[in-house]
Amino acid sequence: MITTTPDSKEVAQAPINLAFTSEQKIAALREMLRIRRFEQQALKFYNQGKMGGFLHLYIGQESVAVAAASLMNGHDEMITAYRDHGHALAVGMSMEECMAELFGKATGCSKGKGGSMHFFAPDKHYWGGHGIVAGQVPLGLGLAFALKYKQIPGCALCFLGDGAVNQGVVAESLNLASLWDLPIVFIIENNGYSMGTSLERSSAIDNCLAERAAGFNMKWSVVNGSHFYELRATLHTSMEEARTTLRPVLLEIKTYRYYGHSIADANHKKYRTAEEIEQYKENHDPISCWQHQLLEEKILTESMLESIDGAAKEEAAASVIFAEASPWPEPESIFTDIYYEVDQASEAGRTGVHFFSDSR
Amino acid sequence: MPLITYRKALNEAFSEELTRDDSVFLMGEEVAEYNGAYKVTEGLWERFGSKRVIDTPISEAAFLGLGVGAAMMGLRPVVELMFWSFAYVGFDQIINNAGCVRYMSGGLINVPMVIRGPANGGTSVGATHSHTPENLIANTPGLKVVCPATPYDAKGLMIASIRDNDTVCFMENTLLYGNTGEVPEGSYTIPLGVADIKRLGTDISFIAYGRAVLTALEAAEILQAEHGISAEVIDLRSIRPLDEETLLTSVAKTHRVLLIDENKPFCGVSAQIAAMIAEKAFDELDAPILRVTALDAPAIYSMPLEKLQLPTPERIISKALTLF
Ligand SMILES: Cc1ncc(C[n+]2csc(CCOP(=O)(O)OP(=O)(O)O)c2C)c(N)n1
Ligand SMILES: [Mg+2]
Repeated sequence: MITTTPDSKEVAQAPINLAFTSEQKIAALREMLRIRRFEQQALKFYNQGKMGGFLHLYIGQESVAVAAASLMNGHDEMITAYRDHGHALAVGMSMEECMAELFGKATGCSKGKGGSMHFFAPDKHYWGGHGIVAGQVPLGLGLAFALKYKQIPGCALCFLGDGAVNQGVVAESLNLASLWDLPIVFIIENNGYSMGTSLERSSAIDNCLAERAAGFNMKWSVVNGSHFYELRATLHTSMEEARTTLRPVLLEIKTYRYYGHSIADANHKKYRTAEEIEQYKENHDPISCWQHQLLEEKILTESMLESIDGAAKEEAAASVIFAEASPWPEPESIFTDIYYEVDQASEAGRTGVHFFSDSR
Repeated sequence: MPLITYRKALNEAFSEELTRDDSVFLMGEEVAEYNGAYKVTEGLWERFGSKRVIDTPISEAAFLGLGVGAAMMGLRPVVELMFWSFAYVGFDQIINNAGCVRYMSGGLINVPMVIRGPANGGTSVGATHSHTPENLIANTPGLKVVCPATPYDAKGLMIASIRDNDTVCFMENTLLYGNTGEVPEGSYTIPLGVADIKRLGTDISFIAYGRAVLTALEAAEILQAEHGISAEVIDLRSIRPLDEETLLTSVAKTHRVLLIDENKPFCGVSAQIAAMIAEKAFDELDAPILRVTALDAPAIYSMPLEKLQLPTPERIISKALTLF
């Protein structure tokens, strides 16, 4: 259960937060608002039948991705699961390319080939967007392995859900990360539920999920996701630990999603109470908490807030216009982006038959 | 040309590539200090050190996934599976990640990785250790599958696979590791997607890959000597990409086809090729397309019975004779 106390003075005074300029603090708020407004637009058009498949909203969890992205040093690499819109926007992907992807359009970040769960931007050190629960976790290991192999002073940020923790490959990966001294921070976004299954019904724990790391000789801690300074301070320490000592760290971040598991989840008021949802919105909303903090610090004014939020809403609305106006992918594109060598028309790509559909 | 084993030919391919390209590394269970469960990587750890030749814990899903992640970042992992049968505990990483990430990222990512190890029956290790997943893997567009039959092909195809910018699933055979053949020293590549005519013939096309090529060659000799039938033996070498042209040219010459396959019959590689020939060369055929495959049962342990499960020269010959 998340506590209602505000960020402590102590974490606000952590060097990484003292170095956080007023502009950066406002930028963090802007990012969170952009994510929320983007997803609200997405929800609206999903409900109008403009999108296929699933739509897993990040609303309620925005602080986590934004805090992590605010600490990336240009060498760090990020990877997450299917609840990936927030991370994508936080690392700098545009609303337009993301919205167009949701609409299945050619201008989407994955050219309409990946959808909601599969956003990628390697140029922004963002490696997806993965639909198989915990499937991304060993990929995160690989990112960390490559950083170490190439002697790049960065770390991998590998996000997973509280439900994902129970996949076997997570245990394998924690072991390998520790055994091989890989620079990786595993970040469990514990929103209390995996689909309709509460943490209590899915996980055998003593006090928390993160302490499983102790069995792998790995440092761990638990963080309140509503506290932006605390998030940044702990993430920073963990990332520095990974970068400089090459030791992995496991963090568990207490957070909450307001919507159902996906929008198709009509049951989400059955496995949890309306009161529970309201109580999180009232007392723990990461955006309200951060706004409040910045108002207190007198960095933010009500009118600034209004204009930042207004701009985020406009940007989100514009991204829908962009997506709607964008073309569908051409049928020929079904057969591109499968083999690199074929796409390059290299000798390897031109040798032998790669696709077996009857072309007649 | 030196005569070396299939195992040594692979070993030479690794040492060539480890020397040539710093981004290549080998990883797997027992590949380093133990020299490889089948000694394919013998001596490489001593020569190239622990950064390049890496022993893993028994965590196929994690180290296959690690390989995919490292390859996305531009490294060239060569990941050994002690048996391809063990891929099944890491299948998600091969199919969903190595196989799909390029597509789902709209081409932003590629995965230049080789996943390799033996994939064969015939060694009395029971069903769980005798799988031949070339058909399963080749069913995923985005993955490539290679099955060499000879030392020469093994080395050239391995070097080409390591240099390939897509994921190549390289399937070896424990029964072939000790076979010898002429193999050039130094580096050479054999392109993926080019079949090899291992024996010229005029009356019937035997189409095979992996160890079945050797069985087919044996059958072809007997068929010639005892029945005066001249069989052409085509070695696919690579399953995906596939050299359809060489197959169709041979069919147009012989007008008869027998597919020989250590894979199971149901949706096996030979089923795909039979369908392809029926679609593209029906008019060339003077007889139905037939197959000799592994018997459609789990691999049995009992030694004499297991021998019956895989294609034998006898089964090939009697099937071939029904086509005349
Ligand atoms: C291997 C696998 N099993 C099941 C699913 C279906 N599924 C998708 S998300 C999910 C719940 C995961 O919950 P959690 O890890 O807590 O992440 P959250 O959705 O809360 O972000 C399930 C069961 C899947 N995508 N992959
Ligand atoms: Mg969850």
